[in-house]
Amino acid sequence: MTVGVVDYGTGNLRSVQKAFEYLGAECRILGPAEDYAAVERLVLPGVGSFGHAMLSIEASRLYRPLMDWIGSGRPLLGICLGLQLLFESSEESMGVRGLSVFKGTCRRFREKKVPQIGWNNVRARRENRLLQGMAGGEFFYFNHSYFVVPEEEEVVLAETDYGVIYTSIAGKDNISGVQFHPEKSGRAGLETLENWMRSW
Amino acid sequence: MTVRIIPCLDVEDGKVVKGTRFKDVRYAGDPVELARLYDEQGADEIVFLDISATHRTRKIMIDVVEKVSECVFVPLTVGGGLCSVTDIREVLSAGADKAAICSAALTNPNLIMEAAAVFGSQCVVLSIDAKKTGNSWHAFVEGGRKDTGVDALDWALRGEKLGAGEILLNSIDSDGTRSGYDLELTRLVVKRATIPVIASGGAGSLEQVYAAITIGKADAILIASLLHYREYTIADVKSYLRERGVRVR
Repeated sequence: MTVGVVDYGTGNLRSVQKAFEYLGAECRILGPAEDYAAVERLVLPGVGSFGHAMLSIEASRLYRPLMDWIGSGRPLLGICLGLQLLFESSEESMGVRGLSVFKGTCRRFREKKVPQIGWNNVRARRENRLLQGMAGGEFFYFNHSYFVVPEEEEVVLAETDYGVIYTSIAGKDNISGVQFHPEKSGRAGLETLENWMRSW
Repeated sequence: MTVRIIPCLDVEDGKVVKGTRFKDVRYAGDPVELARLYDEQGADEIVFLDISATHRTRKIMIDVVEKVSECVFVPLTVGGGLCSVTDIREVLSAGADKAAICSAALTNPNLIMEAAAVFGSQCVVLSIDAKKTGNSWHAFVEGGRKDTGVDALDWALRGEKLGAGEILLNSIDSDGTRSGYDLELTRLVVKRATIPVIASGGAGSLEQVYAAITIGKADAILIASLLHYREYTIADVKSYLRERGVRVR
């Protein structure tokens, strides 16, 4: 199993890579010139701001290969900002258009301390392969200031409560995204990644 | 959200040590072994501080982080002697998730801004070594030896504005004394800052950990001696807190 991690120059990708390697997958960091056909599944990670990430994706000519991948039906997992980038826009960077795979925007927390840093629960809203085999009540590690607000109810797979109940897992067909960091969420996080590798 | 319980490993020459008021250090164990143990016990994060902070010890620290990040999957923070974006990049590429900056940020506050711009605020922990001086607290540098004269609270708020994602608040007066966290200082900073605050220095009993959460209002708690000398496990700390109604993982 070969997993590619999209490198658009902003994130720390080591942690994601190490988690996949621990699970027995081969994990390649993919820059713009790299061959996307050589991997079976793709991770879109992300730290930093929405606008900066989109600019970097465009500047490193990753927009086209990413959109081609998404259109091809092969599995993609967005992590943290990588989930937010799947939506159309964000309060963080007004005027910047996201990948727009899902309809909706990203909003800043107003209810509690920002960023939300720490462990929180994820409650499944509908049948969800990423959480398969888990009893519920598991904790996942979050570190973010913005959250996604999907327009289409059917993409909401799980929710989290941080003063506001928001979407922490979104997905449809081959595309999934998690707001938490599965690579940093201990056993529950590794299980999520394993589920993702097994299910698509 | 839960309160995070974070073991802190002060590393000197590749070994975990623990001092009192930043001095009189004694040996406490192997960093990789301890990190794995704390992960099994339910640590919510792990902090590594290179207390010698020389060019040579940085390499040792990088090696420790490389090894730990291959088998421990909770957030790892590394600090001690990080002076530039390049230094931070080095620890992040070894497998750290966050960088704690202390002295260098006081000399060059723009480092916080630069680091936040490059890696994101979630990567930048502003570590403040505070000591009561008259009626307020001053930020100290060089391992607690030098008073900068900068007010610790003002510095925390400025660090937040510059883009720090968290504040690691160490009380020099309490460090390793086991007399309890500096609740007054913690509460003061928590009240004014809008980013999470990690209380550090002084844990000698479970009651004191509880007090740092309920009175100090800390978002996370750093623990060293209490765990290193095997008095309590992280699981013990958490079940104590859970019984008292604190939400923990």
